[in-house]
Parts: sequence; structure tokens; C-alpha cells
Amino acid sequence: MGFVFYLISTFTVGGALAAVLLKNLVHAALALTVAFFGLALLFLRLDAQFAGFAQILVYVGAVAILVVFAILLTRGSELPKEGVFSKTWLVGLAIAAGVFALLAWAVLQAAPWLPQEKAAPTVTVNDIGNALMSRYVLPLEIVAVLLTAALLGAVIVAMHEKERSR
Amino acid sequence: MIERLDQIFVILKHWLLGYLPESWQTPVGVILSVVCIIGLYPALFAITTVLERKGVARIQNRLGPNRVGPYGILQPMADGIKSLTKEDIVPTTADGVVHFLAPVVLVVVVFMGFAVLPMGRNMVLVDMDAGLLFYFAMGASAELSVFMAGWSSRNKYSLLGAMRAVAQMISYEIALLLSSVVIVMITGSLSLVKIVEAQNHYTWGLPHWFIFTPWGLAGFLMYAIAGTAETNRSPFDLPEGESELVAGYHTEYSGFKFALFFLGEYVAMFSISGLGSTLFLGGWTAPLEVLQFIPSWIWFFGKLFLSMGVFIWMRGTLPRLRQDQLMNFAWKFVLPMCLLNLFAAGLWHFMGAGWLRWVVCSAILILAYVSIGREGMRRKNLGPRSYRYAE
Amino acid sequence: MANPLTGYLIVAALVFAIGLAGALTRRNAIMVLIGIELMLNAANLNLIAFWRYGRHPEVLTGMMFAIFSIAVAAAEAAVGLGLVISIYRHAKTTDLEQMNRMKG
Repeated sequence: MGFVFYLISTFTVGGALAAVLLKNLVHAALALTVAFFGLALLFLRLDAQFAGFAQILVYVGAVAILVVFAILLTRGSELPKEGVFSKTWLVGLAIAAGVFALLAWAVLQAAPWLPQEKAAPTVTVNDIGNALMSRYVLPLEIVAVLLTAALLGAVIVAMHEKERSR
Repeated sequence: MIERLDQIFVILKHWLLGYLPESWQTPVGVILSVVCIIGLYPALFAITTVLERKGVARIQNRLGPNRVGPYGILQPMADGIKSLTKEDIVPTTADGVVHFLAPVVLVVVVFMGFAVLPMGRNMVLVDMDAGLLFYFAMGASAELSVFMAGWSSRNKYSLLGAMRAVAQMISYEIALLLSSVVIVMITGSLSLVKIVEAQNHYTWGLPHWFIFTPWGLAGFLMYAIAGTAETNRSPFDLPEGESELVAGYHTEYSGFKFALFFLGEYVAMFSISGLGSTLFLGGWTAPLEVLQFIPSWIWFFGKLFLSMGVFIWMRGTLPRLRQDQLMNFAWKFVLPMCLLNLFAAGLWHFMGAGWLRWVVCSAILILAYVSIGREGMRRKNLGPRSYRYAE
Repeated sequence: MANPLTGYLIVAALVFAIGLAGALTRRNAIMVLIGIELMLNAANLNLIAFWRYGRHPEVLTGMMFAIFSIAVAAAEAAVGLGLVISIYRHAKTTDLEQMNRMKG
């Protein structure tokens, strides 16, 4: 496990930690962007170039901007008086720690039996396109319908209602 | 001899690398190419600032800078010294870290786009399989830096300018992507090197550039409009218009940071012009078969400067679009035209060679332009203006 | 670790746990959504890691799953943030501690 992997992982996990711990919401959103970049770099290390660039294009270019706009439109820059963590934060933290312990134990226990093909898969974008149109055409069409429904739904939910005459 | 002139930079690089041991050659080669790109484009930026000021001045019937050198060509030196020595003012209530990082992020992300542009025959930094996707991924990251600049200044005008700029950039990014997808569809590859290779054929002396097809011409016009809007350039420069919002999202920046924003904007213009000429104008290929003796990199940079000339011309002549006109234009005209362009390009591919496909595709696109552009954008009867807030 | 796959899986588990902690402990509704995005990303990393190191990577199952997951996560973030804005308009706050009544 090279030095580069550790560097990118530290970057990613640091960004994720900053994203959930920072009090200033816009700083947290920017730390989230750093975490997204780190994950895209990990995808690139795993020879999944299409997924890595799609991650940057969609997450950094769209989702991060959405989050930041929502923070601005809901006055997120004002801190609440009682602090930013809920009253039951200890229980939440314990649950998260328990989940991580379970997952790590499962991974380390199954380590000898995990597959490890050394050769990098030579996957071109051409193959991805062909696969999308032949084997995965049904999920593609369903995702298209889902995105249209989400677009219409988000616009209607967030639309300013006309003043009802009372 | 002609091939040597054409490949002179490649030959030079291999000769320099020949002095190094084997294991050092690849990293040093990459660093050498990167240093060349980072050195070349700011130099072009310096030349372009003076050309722009003189060009816009002449369009406006005045002279432009003519004091610093003969005909004012040393003006960038004066501008550079000024911006480096100016005091760097940061407002007390501004968010220090984000305020500092915004121009840095912009410049880094904008220079990354040059990694996949083929600047001549065999002169691309990285020949990626998904090169075009990488380019757009970097372009999408630039919007975040605009927002960071506007928000960290704690200034209502900056924030307003930043939100307008981000909304504009997101809307036109879709148009940019869709007009490039037509090229990907016809070529069958996301690699920019293959896209240029697909245009490197000649029929009766005329090149096979994609702009000479009906869907290519429509795509190029949509790409040009979307590219102008992506770089916040006139006539889409409401976010940074001086008479509207002081200076928009870079109001609170002074000295070198402002120079970095300026640099980022112009290098983004170079980047988008470079991609446009690669996709539609044939990249480094010559316009006529007989002119192939001129080196390929001269054609690439010539097309780049031609595009910059058109940008400067548009800035001097066209009035600025208002924010709602801008967004209306993006969603109601450019996007439907791009989708119909995709349909026309698909028809083109499946109709087979001949004169029929020219007639059918041109008819579809002209009909679409007339119905959507002329009739659809006609001004409706104006009523009292309504405002929308978030709450 | 002899097997590079375990490294990626541990990182994915860590990011997942951090996202879960964020979704469970923060007061602001938008921070919960940020936690959810982190969890989805961790799952994507898991999928791509198994695709790379598993048998038959040319079938592209892992990469396709991850790409569709990215698309669905983006759609869900859009709808979720629209909901948050709509609730803010009604309750004038995004604090989840104060939204503890069923009556609007």
C-alpha cells in the first residue's frame, strides 16, 4: 500500500471529519468538497477513470454547489444558541463507532479470503458505452425517469407558493 | 524539413531528455511540459490584455494605452508591476482562509484543463481515454471558487455577484456539455486526440472540420455562446459588470489576488477557445490541403488568437444581457437547440452519405431556430414585475 | 496489509462511520444531508474497490453500479435540499431539535 494511498486517504478522511465537526456550515461544505476530491482520486487510483471524473463533475460541480446554495438560502451562517450538536450526540457517536468497529472487524477477519487480481482492467470508455446500451439499458432508462421526476419534484417542492387571497 | 519544423518541440524535448538516465526521463519530461504550459499561457495572457484594451478602444473610437512602450505594447509590464506592489487589503470581517484560497483554486483548476488539449501533432500532455470528461470536470470545479470568493468577502454586492455568476455558469455548462456531446457521438470517442484525427481528412482540398456540417455549425454557435457565458465574458458579464455590482465577486480583492482572478478568467478563455477549435475547427489541422506545410502548432495558436479576437470584438460591440434575459436564453433557447442538434446529428449519421442528409439536417435546424429562436423568444406583454425571495 | 483491497475497504468503512456520526449528531438539517452524501460516497468506494480487485472486471458491474449510485445520490440531494428550503420557509428554522411536533 503505497505512500500515495495513505496520503490521499488522510486527505479524504480529514475532509470528512472536518465536514461533520466544523461549526461554520459553509466551511463544512467546503471540507465536504475536499472529501469528494479525495474520493475521486481514490477512484482514479483504482483504474476507474470514468467513475472518478464523473464523481468530480457531479459531486463537486453540482451537489456541493447545491449544498452551499441551500446553506445560503436558509441563513446557515448564523449559529444556533445551544450549539451545533444535538442533545443525544453521545448515542449517535456510539452507534457510529459500533458500526465502524463491526465493519473493520468483518474486513480484517475476511482478509485472507478477499479476491486480489493484480492486473489492472483495461476498460475503455467505449466498453462502458456499449455496456450502458446493451446490458444496462434498463437501469439507464429508469435512472433517466428518476432524474426527470426528481427535477420536477425539487422544483415543485421548493417553488414559492402564490399568495392565497384570504 | 517540414516535419522537423512541425515536430520541433517534440524533438527538442527528446534531445534534452536524452541527457538524463532512463528512470528520470518520464517524470522530468512531464515536469518540462507542465513548465512550458505554465510559462506560455500567462505570456499569452499578457499579450492579450494589451490587444484587448487597444481593440476595444478602437471599436469605441478612442486610442487605448499608448504611453508605456511603442504603441503601448509594454503596458502588461506596467500592469504587472502595479498589481505586484499594491497593498493586499483583506477586510477585517472577511473569512481569511477562504478569501485566500479562492483565487488559488480558480487558477489551479483552470490550468488543469490544458493537460488534455492537443496543441500540435503529437503535442498533448496526457492522452487520456476520457479526456473531454476530465476537461469538463475541471471546468465544473471553477464555479466553486467563484462562490468562495463572493461569500468570504462578507459583502452583499460580492455575494449577489457570486450567486448570479454561479447560476449563470451552471446553466450554460449544460449547454456546453450538450454541444460537445454531439461531437463525441459522431466520433465515437472522448479522447481529444482522436477527435482531431477524425477531422484530419481532406475532400477536394477542403478539410473535414465538423463546423462545415449543419449540426457542427449549430453546435459551434451554441458552444461559442455557452463558452462566452461560462467565462463571464461580455455580453454575459453581469456578475462582474462595473456599472452593476461594483466588481461583483472580486470586489474585495486587491493587488496580486485580483491579478490572479484576471489571469484565471483570461486563461479560462484560452482554454475554452482551445477546446472549441479542437472540437469544431479541427485543432491543429490546416484549412486547405495545400497549406499543410505550415507547422501544426502555428495553426492551433492561430485559431486560438482568432477566437480571442472574436471575444474582444463581441465585448466591444454587444450590450450586456440582464440576468433574467440571460437565464431565459439559456434554458429556453440554447438547451432546446442543443437537444435538437443531437437529434439532427443522429439522423446525419444514419442517413448515409449524399446530398439528402445535408438538406434534411439543415431543414430541421433552420426550422428549430426560427420556431424556438424567433417566435419563442418574442417578448410577451410586459406586466408589473414580480420578485421572488427564499422565504 | 498484504491485500490492497483491505486498505480501501477500511477507508470506506471509516468515511461511512464519519458520515453516520454526522447524520446522527448534528442539529442542522443540511448537515444531516451532508452525512448522507458521505455515506453514499463510501459505498461507491466499496463498489469500485471490489470491481477492481474482483474476478471478471470486464463485465463492469461494479463501475456501472457506482455510476448509477452517483446519479441517484445527486437526484436525492436535490430533492432533499428542496425539502429543507421548503421547511425553512414554513418553520423559519432548520434546527431539527425544534421540529419535534407532528402538527405544523
